[in-house]
Amino acid sequence: MTTPQPVGVAEVQGIAADEDVIRVRQLVRSVAVAAKLSLVDQTKLVTAASELARNTLTHGGGGRVEVETVTDGRRTGIRVSFLDSGPGIANLELALTDGYGTGVGLGLGLSGARRLVDEFEIETKAGRGTRVTAIKWAR
Amino acid sequence: MQRVPVLRLGDVLLVSIQVDLADELAPWLQEDLADEIVATGARAVLIDISALEVVDSFTGRTLSTIAAVSRVLDAETVVVGMRPAVAITLVELGLTLHGVRTALTVELGLAVLHGGPTASLAAPAADDLRASP
Repeated sequence: MTTPQPVGVAEVQGIAADEDVIRVRQLVRSVAVAAKLSLVDQTKLVTAASELARNTLTHGGGGRVEVETVTDGRRTGIRVSFLDSGPGIANLELALTDGYGTGVGLGLGLSGARRLVDEFEIETKAGRGTRVTAIKWAR
Repeated sequence: MQRVPVLRLGDVLLVSIQVDLADELAPWLQEDLADEIVATGARAVLIDISALEVVDSFTGRTLSTIAAVSRVLDAETVVVGMRPAVAITLVELGLTLHGVRTALTVELGLAVLHGGPTASLAAPAADDLRASP
């Protein structure tokens, strides 16, 4: 499969406070609507973005999200990349387990978000930060 | 700060969530509802989420906590008006809304609380069994 290529310019939203989680949801929703994702897929992507934005805020000490439309030549999708310069995730396998959580919520953040999207990738380095990338393809 | 208004409908408290439940708003709603239940002796809380386009694990946890606190204060909680796309997403997310009853509309929610068909189906009345001599 070809690597997804961006279509147009990525939109960026900083994540530094609770209200920014709502702004992330609104931004992701508007890009998903423009890319003609179905209502259910929009809702899944926006919900996943909400979980990931809260992770960035709570565990990463804040950061930013980049939202862009991508294509693999056949399909159009939305890619959201959450970046922070926080402590990183020490045990990735554990962090992806249902019920695991050190912050607020139900410990569904990472594992739940992964289930709601089509592609999911985490790069993390202790003390350097974390990048979580997720893609939802239009059907 | 914008607060969520709590309306009183007989012995039912009605909350219609029209805004994205920001993190700092959720504790206020929990406290306001607990205060109102005690002040009014309400027996139930009806939470209308038909305006919410997204329910994430944070909002879900808020709803579960409200239900748990209400139960301790002898009031039942019914969440009404969930959008289909939200329901599908919640299930895939793995959120079960533990301890929260649901109904499709405010009307059906009230029916559930007042012992409508759903409620009597769910709990066959023990009284009926030993009523007749």
